[in-house]
Amino acid sequence: MTERQPTDWRAPAMQRRLRRRYAAERRFRLLGLAAILASAAFLAFLLVSMVARGAGGFVETRVALPLDLSDVRIEGARLMGPGADLALAGAGLENAVDRAADAAFAPAGGAAILSDGAWLVVRDAVKRDPGLLGRRTVLDVPVATEIDIARKGRGTPEAEASVRRLGDRLSSGLNTDFFAGADATDPTRAGIWGALKGSLLTMAVTMALAFPIGVLAALYLEEYAPRNRVTDVIEVSINNLAAVPSIIFGLLGLAVFLGTFHLPRSAALVGGLTLALMTMPVIVIAGRNAIKAVPPSIRDAARALGASRVQVVFHHVLPLALPGILTGTIIGMARALGETAPLLMIGMRAFIAAPPDRLTDPATALPVQIFLWSDEVSQGFVEKTSAAIIVLLVVLLAMNGLAIYLRNRFETRW
Amino acid sequence: MTDHAKITAEGVNVFYGAKQAIRNVSLHVRQDEVTAFIGPSGCGKSTFLRTLNRMNDTIAGARVEGDVRLDGEDIYARAMDVVQLRARVGMVFQKPNPFPKSIFENVAYGPRIHGLARSKAELAQIVERSLQRAGLWNEVKDRLSESGTALSGGQQQRLCIARAIAVDPEVILMDEPCSALDPIATARIEELISDLRGRYAIVIVTHNMQQAARVSQKTAFFHLGELVEYGDTSAMFTNPREERTKDYITGRYG
Amino acid sequence: MASQQEHTVKAFDQDIGQLRGLISQMGGLAEAAIGHAMTALQRGDLELADRIRQDDRRIDAIEADVERTAVRIIALRAPLANDLREVVAALKIAAVVERIGDYAKNIAKRVPLIEGEHRIEPLSTVPAMAKIAAEMVHDALDAFAARDAAKAVEIVRRDRTLDDFYDSIFRTLVTYMVENPKTISQCAHLLFVAKNLERIGDHATNVAEMVHFAATGNQMTDREWGNQ
Repeated sequence: MTERQPTDWRAPAMQRRLRRRYAAERRFRLLGLAAILASAAFLAFLLVSMVARGAGGFVETRVALPLDLSDVRIEGARLMGPGADLALAGAGLENAVDRAADAAFAPAGGAAILSDGAWLVVRDAVKRDPGLLGRRTVLDVPVATEIDIARKGRGTPEAEASVRRLGDRLSSGLNTDFFAGADATDPTRAGIWGALKGSLLTMAVTMALAFPIGVLAALYLEEYAPRNRVTDVIEVSINNLAAVPSIIFGLLGLAVFLGTFHLPRSAALVGGLTLALMTMPVIVIAGRNAIKAVPPSIRDAARALGASRVQVVFHHVLPLALPGILTGTIIGMARALGETAPLLMIGMRAFIAAPPDRLTDPATALPVQIFLWSDEVSQGFVEKTSAAIIVLLVVLLAMNGLAIYLRNRFETRW
Repeated sequence: MTDHAKITAEGVNVFYGAKQAIRNVSLHVRQDEVTAFIGPSGCGKSTFLRTLNRMNDTIAGARVEGDVRLDGEDIYARAMDVVQLRARVGMVFQKPNPFPKSIFENVAYGPRIHGLARSKAELAQIVERSLQRAGLWNEVKDRLSESGTALSGGQQQRLCIARAIAVDPEVILMDEPCSALDPIATARIEELISDLRGRYAIVIVTHNMQQAARVSQKTAFFHLGELVEYGDTSAMFTNPREERTKDYITGRYG
Repeated sequence: MASQQEHTVKAFDQDIGQLRGLISQMGGLAEAAIGHAMTALQRGDLELADRIRQDDRRIDAIEADVERTAVRIIALRAPLANDLREVVAALKIAAVVERIGDYAKNIAKRVPLIEGEHRIEPLSTVPAMAKIAAEMVHDALDAFAARDAAKAVEIVRRDRTLDDFYDSIFRTLVTYMVENPKTISQCAHLLFVAKNLERIGDHATNVAEMVHFAATGNQMTDREWGNQ
């Protein structure tokens, strides 16, 4: 046996190797940093452009309109109760508003200045204060889309001229209709609430269905099912199901819920059922991982004390796995919230002018509404689209925030 | 030997699928003694321990043959309720595994699921008595609502022992209870084991032969799933009958 | 008996080996001391007698060494079963061999007291007795090295012969003293020498008993003692 030469840690070759290793380390760190910066830049670009374009959507332009309502007469009693809208429409309120506009903005054809829905604003004002009837007054009413856009700086030359002429009779305010209304043909009247409510109802159905089924399936597979060919097939199927394109679920929903069960078209119920199908595998996978992460020693401890299987699961495994399950669920729900394709397939793309009140009412959802508005030709829908995207992002952000909160709040360390 | 036998095992074979983990083991565990199981890793001592409270039931493919009796009752009989059996035969594990709950809840869990306390006061009494027997009461009495996982390793293990004691078992099985503890904590557990001797029949699996020598009155040496030798601890460690036992305990195990 | 597979921890084997080495070294010295004492007695060699006393210090030093080694093995290796018995036996054997050395020294001390006067006849049987005693010591330590329980039993039985020798020498010396009172002092010393040899035999028997215990884990039975 020859005596082994002692390693010379200071030899030039050794030093070179060391330098190469440090260089590789630095390169990798820089690449990683670049990747983070790139993704952060994309995100920032998305947010900035959305906010820049969409911020206008939350603001409407109003014009001060002198009104003479002395001709519009109606009995006070009819202003109360559900018949009020009809009564006011019958009393010629719309004509009165048109006349007032013609008089106020004489040369330019007054009705073109005001939004189509301007008289509705007057109507609501009258309903709040019946005393307005029978006398002269000045009300801020929304202007037509072209004027609104021109005031925000992107209008046609004619509209720009109108804005200059109207001068300080124009004012800006928060567009309450956007938050309270449903879809409309006139962009100044179009609101997000209908779509948001549709989305919330859909999510409620999805949650009510996918969460218990998903969690129970995950618990059964992890805690009860024997490991054999059948459960292997089930496991693979569930994993594949989670990767199936969402439009396939839409087709499934169309065929099963509409075709076989004849549930109403465009309803939040059907949307929720379809999205539940899509979300369930995600919850099952997240749930199984969370359940797997519960240390077996805890199960042993409970079993050794004489706890039955159900007691082990519900006293120990489930509470410890719940934060993980909830996180997975919320992330699955967030994905469902942003889903468009399956909802299109089951007819949730119809023009719905009133927020849904029941699960079976025709409804639309936030992402579908965004899709529909982005298709509109009218200039006014451009900023509405962006504004709707902002609302959707805020809702998603809130859900993810909740997920993080739940994880940190209930996460157990052992 | 059968006069005080708490657990009697006759001709026990345990299989994991096709693999036989325990071969024809027969031994008696006496009520008033600490019985230690020693042997190299994978010799089946833990497996055999787990057949005594049917913890092997949950392992897929595990099969037990032979006759195991607790006070003459066949624990593998159809009429034997596993849940009650495990309440009667408590277990402490290698790694301290307190529930991630308060110290009080850890100890109260067993009595609660078995309905051993009729009132809150009685439950509190059981918890206090169990913690006292486990020698932990003075250290934790002022912080019963703190998490059991916040205790030190040795305290956690004593909490686990208190938790096992709380359901008032007849036998306590310990599966290498000190292997994750430092020598001082180990000494306290060993002292606790001698305190508990007589009240409970104790079976302890250990890798540490000195520990077996210190705490037990009877020692069983397992090798490759067989019970090679079983007898008085002092005889076993000064003059083992079997060559394999001698080679193992003197550190010549090949 | 000597199945001895090696320990997993090699240093343990080295320690035990060292302990055995010390014991056999001690045994060799003690055996030599007995032989030298006899030679000195026969030849009246005072110089040799003096050297025996020097050598005894070495035996004492080795005994201390055995104690240290044994205590270290117990503390560091925690010996069990046959290892434990062997260490304990080594500890006790060292003490016994040290006593044997002391008896040899005691014989050497008597050499000048017996010498100088007229030689007496029983002096010729004492070396024969000493030879048996030295053999017993030698064999007992051999048995220890080989962990040979059978040999140990055989040694224990030989003690009888030594006792018979002693009885015979005792009777002879008493007759001598009665016949010739001038030799009383010389005979008394010679009697002590014989008594010392008899004690050496007893101690060799003790060593053999310990060897038996270390090898088998059991005390010698009465039957093995040959009492029946």
